[in-house]
Amino acid sequence: MKQITTPLSNKVIRDLKAGEQIILSGTIYTGRDAAHKRIAELLDRGNPLPFDFQGQAIYYAGPCPAPPGKIIGSAGPTTSSRMDEYTPRLIQKGLRVMIGKGLRNSAVIDAIRQYTGVYLTAVGGAGAFYSKCVESSEIVAFDELGAEAVFKLTVRDMPLVVSIDCKGDSIYELRERIVEETL
Amino acid sequence: MRIIESCQIADTVAKLCVQANVCVNEDILSALETARAREKTPLAHSALDMLLKNADIAARENLPVCQDTGMAVVFVTVGADVHINGNIDKAINDGVRRGYREGYCRNSVVIDPVRRVNTGDNTPAVIYYDFAPGCSLRITVAPKGFGSENMSAVRMLNPSDGLAGAEDFIVETIRIADAKPCPPIIAGIGIGGTMEKAALMSKQALLLDVDHINPDPFWAGVENRLLERINTLGIGATGYGGIATALGVNILTYPTHIAGLPVAVNIGCHANRHRTAVL
Repeated sequence: MKQITTPLSNKVIRDLKAGEQIILSGTIYTGRDAAHKRIAELLDRGNPLPFDFQGQAIYYAGPCPAPPGKIIGSAGPTTSSRMDEYTPRLIQKGLRVMIGKGLRNSAVIDAIRQYTGVYLTAVGGAGAFYSKCVESSEIVAFDELGAEAVFKLTVRDMPLVVSIDCKGDSIYELRERIVEETL
Repeated sequence: MRIIESCQIADTVAKLCVQANVCVNEDILSALETARAREKTPLAHSALDMLLKNADIAARENLPVCQDTGMAVVFVTVGADVHINGNIDKAINDGVRRGYREGYCRNSVVIDPVRRVNTGDNTPAVIYYDFAPGCSLRITVAPKGFGSENMSAVRMLNPSDGLAGAEDFIVETIRIADAKPCPPIIAGIGIGGTMEKAALMSKQALLLDVDHINPDPFWAGVENRLLERINTLGIGATGYGGIATALGVNILTYPTHIAGLPVAVNIGCHANRHRTAVL
């Protein structure tokens, strides 16, 4: 399995193919519904963003609080499509990697293709598993949003699947063939 | 007449909130194992493997299986010979507040559906009461995550749509849900009654064991056929393509009006969390 480390260069992104399993390490930022809304409002007003997501990866996740002695609580992916409304704009502003679960709309796929991005997915519901991949966690924006704040995470060996690659190929289209071939 | 103190109810609810969020029930674990043994597509197979590893890590390390520890849905059956000392609503919400804090669960409830300020303690719970003979009090806590709840649906069909119309609506709801509700899912189905009765039955159907068979052979046959149809959609675990899109289908029915055929589909995620205690 391919091991990759954030931030991802265009070359690394171009080498990722839909349906491929990868192992991700490095810095990723969490962000879900409320944080996306805040970021959009800041962009509307032309205000500076609380963190620079040029070339960065965003993880659609709102973790559980960390129990004593742990870095983070359960921290799996949330449904990505709720962020579809905001994502093309963030990609235009430099976001390159999205990590979540489930399908994206055509506007997101177009932006991924146009700006050489990639959409990775984690296994929905496996929050305890992913918490073990987190080596450090700090809140970098919107502290008042609680679990919906933006956390800067350092992850190691996070198993993910390339679900939409930079050509716009999607596992959700490929899988029909995969299922037919396997069965 | 038996007297139950409300603080006992709060303690029980707190415990159930933690257990339901941390421990995947045995029926689900064995259904996941069966699905893993059958699944041939490599990505879906490894997703099922990860869900089983996840359940193991959660139980061993006392972590919630999923970060979406849900909105607490609480079903209470009160024995006719029980008197509760104190305010039961308050006791249940006190229990939820404490359970979510002590279990390091996420606070996922906002006070107003549009103005959206987090209540900070995961209350209020959604509470349903019913009554039964006897002197016991039965409490079920079912934390419901919204990845799956958002993909659930109710439709008021015409009687002429019949069983075929109901089945098509159910399968279509799950097809549209695709990977969003964290498949393999459990489909809770409510058919009949009124609009809200069908919806409530669909949630209650999720409280049955995943391998529960409807006692009416007619509906048991419908459950089987639906499971087969859903598992030929090709969605598979995590939406990676495969045969295990659903682990089970449970149907509850109720008499309905001459003009109607209400059908509700409540989708449960792969963990379909719920825990029961009897006081």
